[in-house]
Amino acid sequence: MRSTPARTLRALPTLLRIGVAETVAYRAEFLVWILTTTQPLIMLGLWTNVAGLAAFRDWSSPDFVAYFLACLIVRQLTGNWVAWQMSEDVRSGAMAMKLLRPVHPFFVYAAGHAAALPFRSIIAVPVALILLASSGVHALTSDPLLLALVLPSIALAWLITFSIMFAIGALAFFLTQTMAIANLYFALYSLLSGYLMPLKLLPAPIAAVAAWLPFRYMLSAPVELLTGKHSHAELPLLLGMQAAWAAVGLAGALALWHAGIRRFESVGG
Amino acid sequence: MIRAVELTKHFKVHRRPPGFASAVRSLVRRRYEVVKAVDGVSFTIRRGERVGFLGPNGAGKTTTLKVLSGLLHPTSGEVAVEDFVPFRRQASFLGKITLVMGQKSQLIWDLPPSETYALNRAVFDVPAAQFDKTLAELTELLELAPLLDKPTRQLSLGERMKCELAAALLHQPTTLFLDEPTIGLDVAMQVAIRDFVRSYNQRHEATVLLTSHYMDDVVALCPRIIVIDQGKLIHDGDLRQLIKARDPDKRVSFTATQPIAADDLARLGALLVRDGQRITLRVAERDVAGVVARLLGELKAADLAIEDPPLEDVLRAMFGARRKPDGEP
Repeated sequence: MRSTPARTLRALPTLLRIGVAETVAYRAEFLVWILTTTQPLIMLGLWTNVAGLAAFRDWSSPDFVAYFLACLIVRQLTGNWVAWQMSEDVRSGAMAMKLLRPVHPFFVYAAGHAAALPFRSIIAVPVALILLASSGVHALTSDPLLLALVLPSIALAWLITFSIMFAIGALAFFLTQTMAIANLYFALYSLLSGYLMPLKLLPAPIAAVAAWLPFRYMLSAPVELLTGKHSHAELPLLLGMQAAWAAVGLAGALALWHAGIRRFESVGG
Repeated sequence: MIRAVELTKHFKVHRRPPGFASAVRSLVRRRYEVVKAVDGVSFTIRRGERVGFLGPNGAGKTTTLKVLSGLLHPTSGEVAVEDFVPFRRQASFLGKITLVMGQKSQLIWDLPPSETYALNRAVFDVPAAQFDKTLAELTELLELAPLLDKPTRQLSLGERMKCELAAALLHQPTTLFLDEPTIGLDVAMQVAIRDFVRSYNQRHEATVLLTSHYMDDVVALCPRIIVIDQGKLIHDGDLRQLIKARDPDKRVSFTATQPIAADDLARLGALLVRDGQRITLRVAERDVAGVVARLLGELKAADLAIEDPPLEDVLRAMFGARRKPDGEP
């Protein structure tokens, strides 16, 4: 689809407003939903327990507290479910109606997710921030440069995550049912993004591989900035890798989308 | 204008017999078959025409509409709608067309229709004044006022279809692809939708390509019909010509005011329906005048009507009793 950027920009406020309305349409589901994706809290309990006995490979209990609370915040702000939505839209035929609108579905889905973010984070992020301030603040960086780069890093992490999930969703044009792939993706993500444990604690060969894969840049990178794990000299590589993966992810997602559209069978009457 | 030249659309379909064993076998070895949903169809529709698109289930009607609206890439052939190649789905093309599918919804399920309208206003970049005017018109014509703020999931099928139609027309498209727009609606609502489509066509000189389960929709709206069967075009032309070519006999219906012997009836024409005193005969066109004179004079028949054969009957004869002339699944 060729939609003009100006048209998309003009439509953006309405897309965001509709996204908010959809997010809060079901009150009970909404309440349950904002309590999900809190797995980092479980990992926090587990690892602080481990470190409570003795520091684990130089990671003390407060280090784990700061790390997993930072993880929780970044995960809340970057997690998305677009692959599930797209798969369902292709299976149900709803995708056909989306294709008849002159704004690329990438932006429509992205706006819906962006609109949901503040609500998704309405409880978890303030709680995590309070906990961080009360018990993990000394494990956070106070370097102004690192702090200034946290938000751009989270934005890039969001873009990488959204692009990869969009690409998985676009596979529905080829496979119709893509949830098995999404599950495989999540298994890799959990291990290689730092979601289950800090990447530094992975066996060295796996950590070395993880440093080049996109998963690190979807979660660990902003967390590493928040927890002050980098010198200034390392920042260009970290942010450069994030930007590179965002570009690759975006290009890959759109290429897969365009290839998929050619095969689209628009199932059902 | 809509133009299709030797349009084909083939699908690769996985075939599997029923049963557990075949389900397991299909994991390692699959049998595919190429289905020619549309097979070399050509036609041209001028701006402002209303055309009925008919065929039995699986004839390729919906597939053709999806190709014309840009949802599907054709396997081969040429297709142009309003001078655009549909599958490129340029924004200016999408702004000129609409596709209403009776079995699909573009309304946002959890929100009231007014939110879908706001979304369409934004993505189609409809100026606010034009949007307000068009929505006011549509609200009045389709009696939408009580529906606009109810969540879509709580609307009845008929209410939803009216809201769908409004959502599809807010950007004032000039080519309408209507796929079963009256499915599931009661008769009064079907008539309202038909009247609305005709009025929209006349006011906007919009081209309308319509498939419908209900032949009354087609007869009332479409002077021209295109018939396809098994992906191939088998008729393109005037509706009355089709009926005349396929079944030139007339239907003569009357109410008998006195007993008529079976032999007398047989001499008048072939008995099609006898429902109490109401009788319908099939009469060759050249004999109609004589039969009518005799019925009104000698036999004192009342409420006499002479009609063309119903389109359903003509299509049923064309496609055979194996299939009904209606929409695809």
